[in-house]
Amino acid sequence: MSEALEPQQKTNPQGDPITSVSAPKVEAKKDPHADAKQQKVVTPEYMFLEAPRTKEFITGSEAAKEAIRRSNVDLAIAYPITPQSETMQLVGVLYGEGYVKEYYRGEEEVGVMAAIAGGSRAGVRCYTATAGPGTLRGLEGIASWPGHRLPVVAMFTCRVVNAPLAIQPDNIEVSYLLNCGMIVFHAENQQDMYDFTLAGFVISEKNDVTLPVGVCCDGFFVTHARGYVRMQDRGMKLPPREPWRGAVPVLDAENPPARLSRDAPVQKSNFMAYNIHAVWQQEVWAAVERSRKYINQYMGGLLTAENVDDAEAVIIASGSAAAQSREAVRICAEKGIKIGLIKIRSLRPFPTQELRKLCGKAKLIVVPEFNYVGWLAKEVATAIYGFSNAKIIGGPRVYGGQSMPVELIVDEVESGLTGKKSTNVAMSQVMGASAADHEAMGHFMRSI
Amino acid sequence: MSLDYVKFSSGFEKFMPKEYRDMVEHGPFGKKVSVSQMGSFKEVLEEHPMCAGCAMTLFIRLAMIAFPNPEDTITVGTAGCGRLAISQAAIPFVYGNYGDQNGVASGLSRGLRLRFGDKPKDVVVMAGDGGTADIGFQQVLHSWFRKERFTTIMLDNEVYGNTGGQESGMTNRGAVLKMAPLGKKFEKMDMLQMAKVAGCAYVATVVPNNPRRVESVIKKAVLIAREVGSTYIQAYTSCNIEYAIPTDKVMEDAKNVENDRYQFSEYITDEAKQFLTERYGYKEFLPKPAAPAPGLPKS
Repeated sequence: MSEALEPQQKTNPQGDPITSVSAPKVEAKKDPHADAKQQKVVTPEYMFLEAPRTKEFITGSEAAKEAIRRSNVDLAIAYPITPQSETMQLVGVLYGEGYVKEYYRGEEEVGVMAAIAGGSRAGVRCYTATAGPGTLRGLEGIASWPGHRLPVVAMFTCRVVNAPLAIQPDNIEVSYLLNCGMIVFHAENQQDMYDFTLAGFVISEKNDVTLPVGVCCDGFFVTHARGYVRMQDRGMKLPPREPWRGAVPVLDAENPPARLSRDAPVQKSNFMAYNIHAVWQQEVWAAVERSRKYINQYMGGLLTAENVDDAEAVIIASGSAAAQSREAVRICAEKGIKIGLIKIRSLRPFPTQELRKLCGKAKLIVVPEFNYVGWLAKEVATAIYGFSNAKIIGGPRVYGGQSMPVELIVDEVESGLTGKKSTNVAMSQVMGASAADHEAMGHFMRSI
Repeated sequence: MSLDYVKFSSGFEKFMPKEYRDMVEHGPFGKKVSVSQMGSFKEVLEEHPMCAGCAMTLFIRLAMIAFPNPEDTITVGTAGCGRLAISQAAIPFVYGNYGDQNGVASGLSRGLRLRFGDKPKDVVVMAGDGGTADIGFQQVLHSWFRKERFTTIMLDNEVYGNTGGQESGMTNRGAVLKMAPLGKKFEKMDMLQMAKVAGCAYVATVVPNNPRRVESVIKKAVLIAREVGSTYIQAYTSCNIEYAIPTDKVMEDAKNVENDRYQFSEYITDEAKQFLTERYGYKEFLPKPAAPAPGLPKS
């Protein structure tokens, strides 16, 4: 995002403004699906690790579209909500061009998430996207996908969910997704949107995973802004979903045994029922754990760390907060403060071991966030408790659509290092460092 | 799993699950059975935990015998009594979330069509009156407006039976039930009319005390849904517990209700008639031969 615009770069390589949804023009002789039919299947290893890439300057919605173009998606179901609508209408354009085999506009998110669950049970590759209130409306269904062991990729372009109603960026909805048993990635920018979506399908469908993947990003900042995205040639696509690979059989009536109630209700009031459900939950979360190796393989790790080794202070952030933090690191360097940056890519599974290793020597950890509750600060504190003596500043936090001035982050780094009291972060959001500061620590632990 | 393309390798029959072999050797897989043969073959639904005298269970048994292709049928349901029996059947059953059955069935039937093309994979939704007309209402109506190609069957016992007897949208006006302490204050929802307005190709009402009729309407509904569009069957399946119907009077009650508010009705579009006639050889929709002109000598 900080990269300068190169003069020879086309600034709108996708052609029409992203709101354009006109059906592809059908010329008398040209098959509208011609290009899609020419796509060649390549292995995920080639796609992610070897295939040459070219750079385009596109929005996050367009990046998601380009990922779907190469993802061999069978069924996509759309429902409008700001700031997601562009994404699913661009996927509709792909349907018109034959890159996506089946597509419709659902009735609302409860129905959409149900139909996605039906499609995944049928054994086809499914994709949908929603945001904010749509996420919460669909959450009953979304939260049931992991238990039903449904490989799906869903995108969440985060926005305000609380009253009063607003459409502005705020990633509070991620905190609801963290406890579903699904895999959750947080994209910093357009490139992440592209990469995480493509990799999401492959990870989601691994036999020892067989779970939905949620790709989150901060609405508007990523969806509506342009950034450089390095992409593989559009003539290649991922292999199709192989339904027989799943950890549980798909419901296509092709599998004996006959009495196959994959979704058997286990609600009897007896020990066996409790045990079955308990074991099932353990297995879902074990599958989340097993996805780590694939995240390392296809995405290059659950986090990225920059200048962390000899830094006295570290910023830990995800999503758009990571982009702002990167600029804060640059300003701190100008002021002579050595500070590192850890960007969390995968929130579920969470990079606990990695953070313990990286934060062992840090004196100060600053966790800026785009939400009120500070879910990432709590995740970080829980992960490194007992492994780091760093003072953790759970802030600065912005919400309700506010942007995050880089200076806010720099202030926390400076005040954290000097011991000066911060005016932006409440004492209750600060943990550790001074053993005498029991009161502050107590506040923090209570808010966990 | 169709027997047309999956054959047991010789010598391996005994390694197939016993229940599957039973379905092939003594049950309806790969051959036609009829309700008139009940008791002489192994049914798709045998054991179940339903109450004694439950008319809903009888209806579900009949419906499953009527499925034209049980080995390639997937049922979808939601919370309620019905799913306790449906989930025990020898065909796959999707038990998703509350009231999401028609949404799930939309994705499922589209996904199966993508994978199997024209080879029939019948999707049949079976849910209660609460699941269909209350909590699932929006997804039910929208699936019909979208002309999703699967069958919706409402098991209408006019009450929330599984949760212990609360009023539903399909309860009759005036009925005193839990959550309707002064009696229900509005009419039974007219889902039949809504099904027609929403564009269903086939709509029928039925009661379980006429097995042949149940068989006939279910078959037609499932076949039409393969190509023409949505089909809807509304079945009266009394709850003898919540409505305190003595076990030996359940069929009598069904007869009374049939005469009162559940008269047999069948609505079928011309397209569906033509489809059944041309594709499956149905004769009932052919033009009736003209009556002989009066006055002609009888030969």
